[in-house]
Amino acid sequence: MSKPVLATATLAGCFGCHMSLLDIDEKILDLIELVEFNKSPLTDIKNFTKKCDIGLIEGGCCNSENVHVLKDFRKNCNILVSFGECAIMGGLPAFRNPIPIKECLEEAYLNGPSVKGNNKSGIIPNDEEIPMMLDKVYPCHEIVKIDYFLPGCPPSAELIWNALTALITGNEMELPYEVIKFD
Amino acid sequence: MADIINFTIDGKECVAEKGTLILQAVQENDIYIPTLCNYKGVKPQGSCRICTVRANDRLTTACTTPVGDGMEIENDTSEINDFRKSVIELLFVEGNHFCPACEMSGECELQALAYRFQMMVPRFTYQFPKREIDARHPKILKDQNRCIRCKRCIRTIKDEKGRSVFAFFGRGKNIEVNVDPVLGSKLTDKLAAKAVEVCPVGSILPREKGFRTPIGQRKFDHEPIGSEYKH
Amino acid sequence: MGNNKVQSAIRKYNQDKTRLMDILIEIQKDENHISDEAARIISEKLELSIVDVEQTISFYHFLSRESQGKYTIYLNNSVVSNMMGGKIVAETFENEVGCKFGKVTDDGLIGLFDTACIGMSDQEPAALINGNVFIHLTPFRVKEIVRDMRAGKDVKKMHTSYLGGSQNKSEYLNSVVRNNIMRMGPVLSDDYNPGTIIMKNLPQLTPEQVIEEVKSSNIRGRGGAGFPTGLKWEFCRKAKGDKKYIICNADEGEPGTFKDRVILTEKPKLLIEGMVIAGYSIGATEGILYLRFEYKYLEHYLENVLKEAREKNLLGKDIGGIKGFHFDIRIQFGAGAYICGEESALIESVEGKRGEPRDRPPFPVEKGYNDCPTVVNNVETLCSTVKIMLNGGEWYSSLGTPESTGTKVLSISGDCRYPGIYEVEWGLTITDILDMVGSTDVQAIQVGGPSGSLIGPEEFERKLCYSDLVTGGSFIIFNYNRDLLKNVVLNFTDFFIEESCGSCVPCRSMTPLFKQKLEKILSGNGVASDLEDLKNWGKLMKINRCGLGHTAANPILTSLKNFKYLYEEKLERGKEYETGFNLEQAVSESCEATTRVPEF
Repeated sequence: MSKPVLATATLAGCFGCHMSLLDIDEKILDLIELVEFNKSPLTDIKNFTKKCDIGLIEGGCCNSENVHVLKDFRKNCNILVSFGECAIMGGLPAFRNPIPIKECLEEAYLNGPSVKGNNKSGIIPNDEEIPMMLDKVYPCHEIVKIDYFLPGCPPSAELIWNALTALITGNEMELPYEVIKFD
Repeated sequence: MADIINFTIDGKECVAEKGTLILQAVQENDIYIPTLCNYKGVKPQGSCRICTVRANDRLTTACTTPVGDGMEIENDTSEINDFRKSVIELLFVEGNHFCPACEMSGECELQALAYRFQMMVPRFTYQFPKREIDARHPKILKDQNRCIRCKRCIRTIKDEKGRSVFAFFGRGKNIEVNVDPVLGSKLTDKLAAKAVEVCPVGSILPREKGFRTPIGQRKFDHEPIGSEYKH
Repeated sequence: MGNNKVQSAIRKYNQDKTRLMDILIEIQKDENHISDEAARIISEKLELSIVDVEQTISFYHFLSRESQGKYTIYLNNSVVSNMMGGKIVAETFENEVGCKFGKVTDDGLIGLFDTACIGMSDQEPAALINGNVFIHLTPFRVKEIVRDMRAGKDVKKMHTSYLGGSQNKSEYLNSVVRNNIMRMGPVLSDDYNPGTIIMKNLPQLTPEQVIEEVKSSNIRGRGGAGFPTGLKWEFCRKAKGDKKYIICNADEGEPGTFKDRVILTEKPKLLIEGMVIAGYSIGATEGILYLRFEYKYLEHYLENVLKEAREKNLLGKDIGGIKGFHFDIRIQFGAGAYICGEESALIESVEGKRGEPRDRPPFPVEKGYNDCPTVVNNVETLCSTVKIMLNGGEWYSSLGTPESTGTKVLSISGDCRYPGIYEVEWGLTITDILDMVGSTDVQAIQVGGPSGSLIGPEEFERKLCYSDLVTGGSFIIFNYNRDLLKNVVLNFTDFFIEESCGSCVPCRSMTPLFKQKLEKILSGNGVASDLEDLKNWGKLMKINRCGLGHTAANPILTSLKNFKYLYEEKLERGKEYETGFNLEQAVSESCEATTRVPEF
């Protein structure tokens, strides 16, 4: 039997959730035995080369690029998992959500203390190569269907491990109290 | 001798003194009911609705309803627990609760309830409302993003003349708890500390202090909220 | 100068903090807002904190901290108003006044605001301007009115149409409001000389005997909840308390209801007599008429009726010659909050606070106004008790059906030939009612206002009674030209979002989510699971504290039950899951800010 295929992505996140995935220490060797990695920053595979069983999404969606990647993952993965607070609820990037995007951009490029007076052109970057910003940072499940959620900032290595093994083996996932945390 | 009455909780026979509120009666029988707007020593008001039980087939809040003789109370049922989980989820989406960046993470009752009820993600859409932080007062900060409008501060913190330091502002989804501009600036150390203490979340914070307890030693790091009750 | 007015308002109400509502309403009227300075002075004199004063101000729609303009227009934005052309009237107001709703013109002359149903559903579109009612508005009239404002005309002189009938044209009222009494029954009938019961019958009866008579009629509260009136009086009579109160609930805020306004206009003496009878029964010395702010135009008229009653010894000391029976009535105005129609919220409001419903028990009959035993009765209920005392409980119970005795005054509006009020016996079917008001081709009826149900033709054989279709009396009729989801259900849901007191979590937070879900479906992004969500979420509303919270999702839940096909028509076919996320929409704001053409 072929090994289940795993893909991962970081959208509007800090890569901390991926670091936590690596934090499963020597179990990473077990994981490599259990699964095959496809598209992921860990493998540097840029495009899906086959249909995957599980997709792990870190980070919410703050721009059009994030949305495309997320939709691509939805198309290519049977099971999609939001892992970490940013994927689940926007996380720290979503601090901007109550503020209109125009104000955010102006603060970042025109009026903020580090840019005021220095941005002579007065232009907010608008090259068409740059992804378009969304009006707010969206939790992933408010864009596509997400099957499972692993909270935490980052989710503990134990939670990630428990979840992955449960998904791979089809067993019930263990959720001891200390494993689910939002911070 | 006070009158003793009989009642059942999820089928279990229990006794209580007549006139006891359901919440207390249930707790005296070592059974847990989640609470949030309720605070020891303060008149209950039943606004968060999280302690809802089915008493004689009527939905009611345990913190405000006296237990009756022969009353049949449903507490730990899938229906009731789902109501409670829904309330927790509603509170998470109606405000801006960024746990990773909150000074009260690990000590917050709302977060602890979410842990206990295993909220992985709220079923409702996040609202991300625009809310302010009131930093005008010398001893406390009031962060409206995290306020769950439980009224615990409103009911507890009064000045020497009995005037409220905190009060509601507005109504409906935009309701907020405001700090009095005059009385807020005159808060004594004792009252300021009390205000911080009664707030179940990180909405009222002491100034110049924060993240005092290291992760791993915080109130809800190892044991779920309500662990003092056996069932 | 402003300060003097504030000071005198405070003095007028004896620096009594339970009269905060009256003080605020008075200042608002004089200054068209309550300034920082006014709030500070009130807080000092009443020994309240400033946030406590603001707590009350910010709760009520008609009180404000910013100036609302020399002329303040409140245009009704209810379903019925919109059906009768309210939208075009609103647009004309915006164009003529030169500002959007919710704003005041730069010169401070005109403030333009919308408001929930003002009790004129039989003569919409209607507006309140500085407390005066304007009915049957059209773009033509709007232009005239705005011109008059610019010319500085007195609001009272802006009426061009003839005054409303009967008491509306009396010297204390001078109002264009129409009564539209389409059918009188034994309660509203003109064949009675008010005061007779007080003068002739009461002196012969003990309070207990009065209560027995009312109990024998089996009348139940006409506000909608239907609690047996006699029993309520008996509980209060038996409750321990030095002082007791009877409060008449004339808050009539349920959109589509206007019967109390007509009764207050045409039968105020009957109402006063009902309050005196109730007061005598329960042992009250004070009655309070809680009148919604929208009916402030009735103030002088009603004050005069009270004055006349005092002169005739129908109020005051030793009423009707009964030694020791002292009783008087004062009017308490609300300031714009639907929730204050709930009796415990109403009591909080009378005490000068935000109208937040109380936990029960204790019930108001044990601990009500100022913690004293209090009966709160609807206008119609109190009027009915006079006729019960006149003709006997047995007579009354012979009307209607055996379990729903007597008559009910209905407020009927919407798509019907003869909108107005109808007093009918309980037990009529919906079909009977539609025949009575001249309605054909009916798609749906909203029975009992937004908190009631939206029902369709398959339920038109249902009967008006407590065991079948209970109602506080409001019927809004919709023909097949009406878009029920977009123009009715959405409007009612907005109404509940606006009117939630904000205390209970599900009421304040879930109702907006219901609206979002409905909008998702209306925009064509709904899937079958969305309908399931609505149904499941609806269950949570039952854990709210009060009736508003219990019913806030009813517009959606009852339409989903009775008009499911309307929802299903809008769903995306063959799709199991859809978040409704729209990338083009989500990037449009940032692209605009960076002058960038969105590309996909």
